Amino acid sequence: MLEAHIQRALWHFDLDLQLHNGNQIVVLWGPSGCGKTTTLNILAGLLAPEQGSITLHERVLFSSSSHINIPARHRHIGYLLQDYALFPHKTVMQNVRYGIRSKSSDRSISPPAPRQLLKEFGIQHLADRYPGQLSGGEKQRVALARALITNPKLLLLDEPFSALDYENKVRLRQELKHIHNEWRIPMVMVTHDQEDASYLGDVIMKLEMGRIVDRVYRETAGPPENIADAGRNFVVGVEY
Amino acid sequence: MYLHIEDWFPVILSLRVAILVVIMVAALGLPLSRFMARHDFYGKDVLEAFITLPLVLPPSVIGYGLLVLIGKNGVIGKYLDTLGINLIFTWYAIIMAAAVVAFPLFYQTAKAAFNSVDPNYEKAARTLGANELRVFFTITLPLAWHGVTAGLVLAFARALGEFGATLMVAGNIPGQTQTIPVAIYYAVDRGDDVTARTLVLIITLFSFAVIWGVNRWRKNIE
Repeated sequence: MLEAHIQRALWHFDLDLQLHNGNQIVVLWGPSGCGKTTTLNILAGLLAPEQGSITLHERVLFSSSSHINIPARHRHIGYLLQDYALFPHKTVMQNVRYGIRSKSSDRSISPPAPRQLLKEFGIQHLADRYPGQLSGGEKQRVALARALITNPKLLLLDEPFSALDYENKVRLRQELKHIHNEWRIPMVMVTHDQEDASYLGDVIMKLEMGRIVDRVYRETAGPPENIADAGRNFVVGVEY
Repeated sequence: MYLHIEDWFPVILSLRVAILVVIMVAALGLPLSRFMARHDFYGKDVLEAFITLPLVLPPSVIGYGLLVLIGKNGVIGKYLDTLGINLIFTWYAIIMAAAVVAFPLFYQTAKAAFNSVDPNYEKAARTLGANELRVFFTITLPLAWHGVTAGLVLAFARALGEFGATLMVAGNIPGQTQTIPVAIYYAVDRGDDVTARTLVLIITLFSFAVIWGVNRWRKNIE
């Protein structure tokens, strides 16, 4: 459960929004430069808001009133950056393992075995390759495995399909939906693509100039039959 | 063409100085250049110009500046003098002169290398639980390694070849402060061609070997 209220002055406008995420896929949808990536950076702890609060599963990650700002490394939030940011000097296996030894503060949950995880993502044969030798779709799977191995309590995705061709994109969208159902992790995804938003989003928030101008909720649970139907499964929410 | 045992002193001294200077410059320059590559603050341009200044100033100005600082009546020197410490005409002064001229070369090269590392890799590492030290040693430094080693080679070469400032602060005391460049200068001055030629050959071969070796090594790790 994520509760966030963040305010931060940006170059041309003020970012000011409220997010609530039970265990859903919340999509932030809007044109480039509207504050989507900044929002993810703030949630991840890579950037501090000026005002507000962020709570994840009743743990306060940020609070301007009580001067709390938990650093990114202690937030247990997985972040799939745009273009995935796979470490180019490390192999797939080294990339995926990177997060294991760092999570010393939470020993209660043992991380999934890396080999098992690679197998689950169908990339076990790539273990010894370097990111430069991978296709876009393979990179995304590696990045997902790398983020999930830390047992994150929230997964942030920044334009996860922008580097993929259409075929790969459709397949990986389904996989992401599957991962969400399997791992039961709340996700916040940023996209400018309406099709991605309506396929994956349980809640779609339309962002303009740092503000949420529209919220759309999925009426029925589960993925729509096909993309063309996606729009019909939504009801328009309240103006914000 | 041969050298007496005591004639090897400048070679050993120069190498010792260059190696020590490289270690000092790296210890100070790595954190500083990394910090400057990632942070902006008021007065940064002025500070950077100040750091780079020894690169463009004549060596005699560096030498004069060091004398003003650590000379017997210098700003710091007079306090050291009351403690019985004298730096001028010792090999500590050689180290200081070489470090001051070598530092900006390393700093500039390392900063450019750190600037070329995409900050997203560091962000990703942080969200994966890495602290700043781990981010630096496992992500930033390996990705900037090419430029950093280039900076180390440049600093080493500059320290090995330092002449003007060294002469001013450490003089030419055979067996104490005589480095290769200073020894060559005085050998030529007194018409000792054999020593001059031998030292020139040694420093040329050695410098060649270092550059060749580093280039080969870098090709191998790519």
